[in-house]
Amino acid sequence: MIVDRDYDVVIVGSGAGGGTVAQELGALARAGVRVLVVEQGPRLRDDEFTGRELEMAPALYEEGGGFLTADGAMTLAFGRVYGGSTVVYTGTSLIAPERVIQRWRVAGLTHGDLERRSRKYMAQNNVHNLPPELINDNNRLFVEGCRRVGYDAHQFPLNLKGCRGSSLCNLGCPNAAKQGTHRVQLPNAEASGVEVVTRAEALEVGDRTVTVRVSQRRLTDKGLPSEWAPGTYCIHARVIVLAGGSIGTSALILRSPIKRAIPHVGAKFTCHPAHILVAEHEHPITNDVGHPKSFYLDRAEEERFVLETCMYFPFITAKNMTGFGAGHSQLMRAFSRLQMILVLACDRTTPSNRITVNSAGRPVVHYTFTDETIEAMVRATRAASRIFFAAGAVRVHAPSADPPLLERHDVDRIDTLIHARHFQPGRISVSAAHLMGGCAMGQSHDAVTDSFGRVHGVPWLRVADASLFPDALEINPYVTIMALADRVAEGIKDDAGTLLESVPALGEPLRRELSAH
Amino acid sequence: MSAATLSPVSHILRAVATTVVPEAAALDVRAWGEVESVVARALADRDPRVRRQLATFLRLLQILPVARHGRTFTRLSAAQRTAFLESVERSPIMIVRRGFWGLRTLIFMGYYTRDDVGAAIGYRAHRDGWAARGRPITVPPLRPSLRLEP
Repeated sequence: MIVDRDYDVVIVGSGAGGGTVAQELGALARAGVRVLVVEQGPRLRDDEFTGRELEMAPALYEEGGGFLTADGAMTLAFGRVYGGSTVVYTGTSLIAPERVIQRWRVAGLTHGDLERRSRKYMAQNNVHNLPPELINDNNRLFVEGCRRVGYDAHQFPLNLKGCRGSSLCNLGCPNAAKQGTHRVQLPNAEASGVEVVTRAEALEVGDRTVTVRVSQRRLTDKGLPSEWAPGTYCIHARVIVLAGGSIGTSALILRSPIKRAIPHVGAKFTCHPAHILVAEHEHPITNDVGHPKSFYLDRAEEERFVLETCMYFPFITAKNMTGFGAGHSQLMRAFSRLQMILVLACDRTTPSNRITVNSAGRPVVHYTFTDETIEAMVRATRAASRIFFAAGAVRVHAPSADPPLLERHDVDRIDTLIHARHFQPGRISVSAAHLMGGCAMGQSHDAVTDSFGRVHGVPWLRVADASLFPDALEINPYVTIMALADRVAEGIKDDAGTLLESVPALGEPLRRELSAH
Repeated sequence: MSAATLSPVSHILRAVATTVVPEAAALDVRAWGEVESVVARALADRDPRVRRQLATFLRLLQILPVARHGRTFTRLSAAQRTAFLESVERSPIMIVRRGFWGLRTLIFMGYYTRDDVGAAIGYRAHRDGWAARGRPITVPPLRPSLRLEP
């Protein structure tokens, strides 16, 4: 049996995009407009964030963090929880580079506008630089290594409040310090009367409807039961906002009848493919205490790569190193002496890299590493290796070297040893967490939406997540997603007279709100 | 992977696991059961085809060495097992490399998520962060932001 429910605005997804739109429509909700957020993942209690890999990964990530591209050569990590991926990132908060926004060439989208909106959310999320006394050795060594090599590392502004330095950001902060949408925008939205239903998977988008399946909480699951009874619901709405992330939003449209009205969905997928590099020092360093990602090196414009400090957990670390056996174990046993750097390539859109769905409607991500992307990863790996050695490391594990372990005396042969010929998909580990594109902004002849996330030809349907990006952003994306979602919310308010004209609750309070806007 | 699917190939899985992580040979029966449970749980929500593919891949690893060594994988010496798995990891066939990558990932998951292993390798992350290392820091009180009941 399908249960019908009526709302005025339905938002699919509660991450950086959905959470922001929900908050920005709070004023409408206070005026009587019925706004609903549906989130596929659960709502966790604070005491359920334990920092344990085996417990948290299945609770927070799609497929436990093990979602693979179609050929199995790359792992894609994205959140599936109240707050989406803002629960599992490290809180790094950067404004989109002007050169990238200019390269995107989206009509009506200016860097100045994005910057203004980005700063609004950075202030809201308490973005600041950590004081020097809270920077651990893993980060200090990166800064020192960069300096010795001749690079200029920069400090990441972070959206933290009360960080204790657990280093467990990617497993959901156990101290409620990270100011994701689950801590800021969603509670604000709910306080305004926006309704949020969790464990609710959007199955299909119809003509002003979203079909949703609400799942029962299993006994072993983390999180609260859904706010709605388990079952299938057909939610009728005047406006539908899709914010399920690059893969989630694209797949939802592609498995829906409405896809016939929306060409180009699934195209222009990019993801900043990444390696985790590990280096061994002679003495223990502080690595698994303190914020893990406090500094970065931006070489995107010059060499199409970015390096970031990072610190992962034993399983993720083991998985991301190439090889196995005694050599692999020896490096793992040196965990307290390990320094880590994440290398990210700034990939570009290419026709073969796209999102589709299989016969069951599940997302399939097709991704081929272009020669340019492989070269960027190799350049990044060489740079990171030099930084490691300059910082005093005795050996470096470089995935695109064969064998992958480089000793200190190899430093003069880095360019020879680390080479694209050793980049062998399926053998080396590549992962990505910046998933972008699929519903790109732009002109209707080759894009899905305009610069306010309005889907071309479908005025009641909006997109508000990283799927809007028409190409790679070259930085960590959540602030830009929020800025774009802010525009989407503004567009809904602008169009409210048309979209919501038949809303019964439309009365003087809402007219005042819209007039003020 | 259900116990029924895993049981017929569990001896092959253990032989591969102790080659991938030599220290796993020291696990007792109870600990090994826990590793297998982690692998089973990781596969439980996946497409059933993935579980069957894993069992098939393990059986292939068992018989492929016969052509070269005249013995199945579980009867090879430790050095022969390592050499054989290295050849699998470097196979020119992408699906073979990918299969081994997936298998080693499951083994790493089963082994390196154990608390005793974390402690043994020096992993000390703690929710109290700096304070747990004797460097207390002053932090503002946490903001209660999640309601506890739906």
